Amino acid sequence: MKVTVKLFASLSRGRFAVGVFEGEATLTVRDILASLKIPEEEASIIFINGRHEDADAALGDGDTLAVFPPVGGG
Amino acid sequence: MDRILRINMGAEGGPKARVEPLGEYAGLGGRGMTSSIISREVPPLCHPLGSENKLVIAPGLLSGTGAAMSGRLSVGCKSPLTGGIKEANSGGQPAQVLGRLGYAAIVLEGSPGGQDLYKIVINKDGVRIEADNSLRMLPNYDLVNRMREQYGDRIACISIGPAGEMKMAAASVACTDPDLRPSRHAGRGGVGAVMGAKGVKVIVLDDTGFKARQPKDLEKFRDANKRFVEGLARHPVTGQALPAYGTNVLTNIINEAGAYPAFNFKGGQFEGASRISGETFAELETKRGAGPTHACHRGCVIRCSGIFNDRDGKFLSKQPEYETVWAHGGHCGIDDPDTIAMLDFLDDNYGLDTIETGVAIGVAMQGGIAKFGDARAAIDLVHEVGRGTPLGRVLGAGAAVAGKVFGVEKVPVVKGQALPAYDPRAVQGIGVTYATSPMGADHTAGYCIATNILKCGGFVDPLKPDGQVDLSRNLQIATAAIDATGMCLFIAFAVLDQPDTFQALLDLLNSFYGLELTADSVAALGKNILTMERDFNSRAGFTKEHDRLPRFFSTDSLSPHNITFMVKNEELDRVFEW
Ligand code: SF4
Repeated sequence: MKVTVKLFASLSRGRFAVGVFEGEATLTVRDILASLKIPEEEASIIFINGRHEDADAALGDGDTLAVFPPVGGG
Repeated sequence: MDRILRINMGAEGGPKARVEPLGEYAGLGGRGMTSSIISREVPPLCHPLGSENKLVIAPGLLSGTGAAMSGRLSVGCKSPLTGGIKEANSGGQPAQVLGRLGYAAIVLEGSPGGQDLYKIVINKDGVRIEADNSLRMLPNYDLVNRMREQYGDRIACISIGPAGEMKMAAASVACTDPDLRPSRHAGRGGVGAVMGAKGVKVIVLDDTGFKARQPKDLEKFRDANKRFVEGLARHPVTGQALPAYGTNVLTNIINEAGAYPAFNFKGGQFEGASRISGETFAELETKRGAGPTHACHRGCVIRCSGIFNDRDGKFLSKQPEYETVWAHGGHCGIDDPDTIAMLDFLDDNYGLDTIETGVAIGVAMQGGIAKFGDARAAIDLVHEVGRGTPLGRVLGAGAAVAGKVFGVEKVPVVKGQALPAYDPRAVQGIGVTYATSPMGADHTAGYCIATNILKCGGFVDPLKPDGQVDLSRNLQIATAAIDATGMCLFIAFAVLDQPDTFQALLDLLNSFYGLELTADSVAALGKNILTMERDFNSRAGFTKEHDRLPRFFSTDSLSPHNITFMVKNEELDRVFEW
């Protein structure tokens, strides 16, 4: 299965902004974070297809995962 | 800060200043001060541009002290945009300087009979009010340069541009930053038009010869400030993200959440978002020899602002805020950072609220006045506003008027004030704030984005109506209280998440004033302010039917979540039940 991964703000530094992951059908957000060496506390906002999820969430084929460090504004 | 300076612009024989003790307004600051004076002294049915309205300019309770982040200024009046009470908040130097000069408020009253335009100078020699018609229609940057030539570098200015002089409902009041740039604005609700109606072009402040305000308990105050600053540095949002990217870091996240109102609230995502994101702006700013980390006033340790240079490395504008980038960007289908920075500069220079102006232009695009995405047309339209052409006057009257004139059905306003950069269908909490805030649609009045999207202060699912009324209520109360202190609202990220930083804030107030405030008394202060504001609005003719979003948010669903605003009207009516 294929998943699009987007990293934002400081998380993209030294990594990438948009990438594609292929893997097992049982891939979770945690697996992807681990393979990218992103500590879980830095992945403070996680979206799958625009909905908030946490690191336990499983990914499905064609999903878009977006990960943000803690950010704020207003 | 134990005096109120009242200036009667309509006095017999010319404007007259008088200084009064605080009296019944003792212990108030910022929004607490402005909303108290307006609700007690201004007849709610008066015309906002008439002599009965007042413009109140008040530093916060801690402004002018050594407390970090305490330089926010409140500007209040009856709003020509909403017809209700208004507090517009600004950064910049004036709050600190005014605090040190000893004034808890400047109140501009009456209307000058003639056509003269006035300049008010406040310094160690007192208060001087002079007619100076050579300043007529000067844009803010030129005006401040003129003031610098006359009064030197140590001044801070509060001013209006041509938009305020023309009494446009989108006109702002400008405040200078530490480098004397008029780039920080009390933007919302047409406060600049009221200053224009008072005939005041600029207030020049100079605190040479004055010292920082002294706390009752210096040692405790210093200790509290240390813990406060340390707490802000420790929190990842106030310590890292805001300084590195500024508020525009939100473009990507709001877009990913499907809550980015593109093409006048047509869809929840914008293809060009990454081209105008905070990351892109920060990179450009650094590359062009400026940078994304700048404080809007001395004493700010978060430094969310920045400086944006043009292609030749020359100053173009300050780093535009997220809401500006949205209003002039995605809302109008524009994805060019240089255009957006230019529009930010033009708004600051003409003295316009970037949100109201950008939203009005997008509404005009919807009405066929220009094509979505036409950057050149957007720049020309803002120049029309600055020149006061008939088309410019329509846009300068704000989004609601523009919608009527151009026959547009979907006009994103509440109480006549334009919605900012978060679609209430995909962030239901902010919809509650937009609908119910006494200010009209205002994201800062109860920033539910924090909890709905950014997971600050917990998490409430943005796509469901559950829990949003409680969330908005609590944030509106907290915000009203913070707006009274003179603290920048962005401290809330750290204060919401870190109890010890909240305690440090209480300790700052307590050690300064010799008080014993608790979390409960802070909440009581916030409730008290909201109650006064709602009371003014109800006497001005507002009913619960005004606490609603435009109908299309309930009937037209928003992509990609295909969702409408689902909080029920009866629920909205419960926001102020406490
Ligand atoms: S955090 Fe930003 S808005 Fe707040 S005081 Fe500092 S520079 Fe101004």
